Order: sequence, then C-alpha cells, then structure tokens
Amino acid sequence: MSVLKTKEPSRLFDAPGPKAAARQRVYSVFAALAAAVLLAWVYLGFNRTWEVVRADPGALLGGDVWRPAEDGQWTADKWEPFLDPTLWTGMVLPGMVQTLTAAGISIVLAIVFGLVFGIGRLSDHAWIRWVCGTVVEFFRGIPLLMLIFFTLAAPLAANQLFGVPFGTFLVTPLTAVVVGLTLYNGSVLAEVFRAGINSVPKGQSEAAYSLGMGKTQVMGLILVPQAISSMMPAIVAQLVVLLKDSALGYIVAFPEMLRSFSLIGTRFQNVIPAAIICALIYIVINVSLSRLAIWLERRNARRGKVSAKATVAPGVPGVAPTDVVADTTATPEDPPKG
Amino acid sequence: MEAFLANFNVVIDGFSWTIRLTAISAVFSFALGIVLTAMRVSPVPLLRLMASVYVEAVRNTPLTLVLLFCGLGLNSALGLSFAESVEWNVYWLAVLGLSAYTACFVSEALRSGVNTIPFGQIEAARSLGLTFMQNMRLIVLPQALRSVIGPLGSVLIALTKNTTVASVAGLGVQEASREMKLMFDQGVVPVLPTFIGFAIGFLVLCLPMGWIFGTLSKRMAVAR
Repeated sequence: MSVLKTKEPSRLFDAPGPKAAARQRVYSVFAALAAAVLLAWVYLGFNRTWEVVRADPGALLGGDVWRPAEDGQWTADKWEPFLDPTLWTGMVLPGMVQTLTAAGISIVLAIVFGLVFGIGRLSDHAWIRWVCGTVVEFFRGIPLLMLIFFTLAAPLAANQLFGVPFGTFLVTPLTAVVVGLTLYNGSVLAEVFRAGINSVPKGQSEAAYSLGMGKTQVMGLILVPQAISSMMPAIVAQLVVLLKDSALGYIVAFPEMLRSFSLIGTRFQNVIPAAIICALIYIVINVSLSRLAIWLERRNARRGKVSAKATVAPGVPGVAPTDVVADTTATPEDPPKG
Repeated sequence: MEAFLANFNVVIDGFSWTIRLTAISAVFSFALGIVLTAMRVSPVPLLRLMASVYVEAVRNTPLTLVLLFCGLGLNSALGLSFAESVEWNVYWLAVLGLSAYTACFVSEALRSGVNTIPFGQIEAARSLGLTFMQNMRLIVLPQALRSVIGPLGSVLIALTKNTTVASVAGLGVQEASREMKLMFDQGVVPVLPTFIGFAIGFLVLCLPMGWIFGTLSKRMAVAR
C-alpha cells in the first residue's frame, strides 16, 4: 500500500489543476459507485436477500433486505464461533502448525536442493551440468500438484516397478506436500542461486585461485557466502510462493490451515466468514514476508550489492525477463545508490 | 505403456480442458490486468487505492482458496451459475477464479513495464499536450507491452500449470492432473509411465510458450 503514502508527483501525470481535479472527483464518484454496487450485490447475495430484491427492486430502499438475515452469512451467529478461543486452539492452530511445518521443512530442503543443483549447473563437467539442468527444468516445468499426486502414488509405483510389497513404506500427505514443494521450489531456487553466484565479481574467484585455492574452496569459501546475501530477498519471496502453495495440500487431505477453515465452514455452516478469515491470515503473513523481502533488497541496494531476482510470476521465473524486471528497481523514486 | 495408451482418449480429454482453461483465462486475465494497471497508475487516487488493495489481497491468497471460494462461495452460497451443465458451469467458475488471480500478476508485470519507460518521454508527451489517456495509449502502453513480453510469458506458463488447481473438490474440472489422479486411484495403470506421459504433456504445452515468448521479447525489445 505504498501507493497511499506517495505524495511526490507521479511520472505519468502532473499535479491536477482545478479542471482536472474536478474531473477526477467525478471519476472517483463513479468508481465508488461501481464498487458500492458490486459490494452490495455480494453482500445481498450472501445475505440470501438478493432473490427478494430481484423480485421487487423497491425493497432496496427498505431496511429489511440489508439487515443480516437469519439464514444469510452475515448474521452474528455465523461469526460467533470465531470468538470462541477453543475453536482457535482446537482447529485453527493445529492447521496453522501443519502449514508452517510443511513450509518450514520444505524451505530448508529446497535451499539445500537449490544449492546442490544450482552449483551443479555451474560445474566444469558437462555431464553434471546437463543432468542438473534437466532435473531443474523438469521440476520447474510441470505443475506442483502433479508432483504431489505422484509422490502419493509412490508405493504403487514401487510395487509395480520393483515388486516392493504394499505397506513397506507409507507416504503421508505431509510427505507428499513436502516432497512436491521441495522439488519445485528447490528448482526455482537453483536458478536464483546460479544467478547469485554468477553475480559475484569475477576478480573474486580469480584472486582465490591465484592464492592456490581449489574449486571446492573457491565455491564454498568465496562465492557462496558472498552470493547468499544477494539471494536473501529472492529466498524470502520464494517463501511466500511456498506458503501459498502449501494450501495445495488441501486437495490431498493434508490437514493444513485451509482444511481447518473448510471444516469450520462445514461445521458451523459459515463458509463465507471462514473463507474471509482464512484469506486474511494468509494475506497478513504473506504481506509481511513480502515487506521483509523488499526491505532486504533495499538493504542490499544501499550496500551496493545486486539482488539476484528470478521470480516474476507465481511460478516460472525468468523466461528471459529478469533483466527487464531487475532494471525497474532503479526507478526515480529509489534513493540514489552508493 | 499399453495401459497408458489405452487411456489415451482420457488423456487427450484432460488436456483439452487444460488448454481451454488456459486460453480463456489468459484472455480475461490479460484484459483485467490492463484495467488494473491503468487504475494503478492513474491520476485518480481512489482508483489507485482500489486496484492496489485488490492486487495485494488476491495475490497473497492461495489459489486453492480462491478457486474454493468460486466453487463453494460463489456457486453454492451465492447461487452464481454460468451454464446449465455441471461440466461447463464449473469450467466458467474456474475461469473466473483463475482470471481474477492471474490478473494480479499480469498487472504486476505491466506496471514494471511502465516503470521502464524513461521519464523524459512521458514529460515530452505531456508537454505536447497529450492527455493521460493519450499518453497511455500512444506512448506508454505500446512500449510497456513490448518490454514485458518475457514476464507475461512467465505468467502464462504459470497459469497453464495453475489450471491443475481447478481440480479442487467443490469445483472439480476434469483437467489433466485430475485425470492422472483418477488413473492412479484406480490402481491399474503403470504409475511411472503415466506420470511421465502427463508431465511430457505439460512440458509440450509450456516449453514452446517459454521459447516463443523468449524469442519475441528479444525481437521486440525496445532499444535504448
């Protein structure tokens, strides 16, 4: 919501004169009206009084259709369950813990996966580069949900391929979600890491080699530590993606937060309040994480470092666009660097 | 492999829904994304506020929740229905959810494109007396669109992959990943070849997109 606070004139228009200000007021009124109509429709729809209005539009002027109806979603009864602390401790928190567990394990594993394959793509041996490249491109190119489904079917696959009897190993929904999230986000991070390592000035590794360090030493002692700070914003931004994607666990009956709210919605017949509160929780967490990522990036910029930035889209990062997007951080609003 | 080939019709059917979801959602999300971007850079504060609240809210909500809301909220609770047949009704509901969600990312990409345009050009246009709309239409958007072809390609690929979420219970579009899940659940198909088959299907859809958009973005790049 940085837009709200910007007082400096935008790049696309001047400060409005009296005529333009009057015109803008007219536009504002129209926009407000349109929004009000949309909100009223949604409100009445979930209030179950839309049918009444459709039969008799005059009812809009009376107060009856606007009052929260008994069988609608806005009545206090539907919201009351959320005032009960036992609902939060008994249903919401366990779900949230599961979501955070899945996200926490996955981000750690994804960072390891990303490091291994990101460095692998920079290897001197062509076959290692090739294998790592194929793995990364494959997991980045297929939908995460398919990875989760496949992991769940792994016992069946093992049975078909190797004759492993059923029950030898079990794949819980948590495992499936963690495996899926790790492989997908790890592949995305591998690209980030590669870009981050490449962004370390060449003189650094040359100096290290001339000091007599080996390849592993140069990578482990010189390149990776320096690259990490430039990758932090991208890692935090990826955490947002990961957290949102953990909600896919809902589809495979993983008892995460979305499932908790879905159960609440079924139990108390308050689907809409449950959906709104669930969305709010996700939004608060994700907006805070995004803020953190932006802050880390600004800090890097202040210190004269470039941030490795790969994700531009909810999923696939940089088809080739990163150069374009990376430049945009240097808009005139940004403080001068250095 | 034979079992997989025997099911080939089902596979084709699944991917036809995937493609339909992708194509139509891409059109709607692009249109909505342009509107949102225009609102976010417009001189009217209220429009800026509305668009940024929308984008911040929807983009930080899991897609699963958005689509679930379309199925359970809009359809079951609000009674919103697009078509007589269940199959097409859930399809349009999924398109609605996917478009509403993807539009945020389109808007983010476009806005970053608007930011790449040098200050001087916009000032020059203004000093020639171009209005905001003329400025957008003649100067800003043509260049912005060209510089965001790459990012928009990424958004399109992400959308293609996100259509799998439309298989969520309460919506249940019969797209490719759902067909795969159903095959696994029946337990007769060979799992690994089936998975690889479906994965290749998605790669066949996504890789050319990445390639085309990558080439286009290089060819259309604005030389500065």
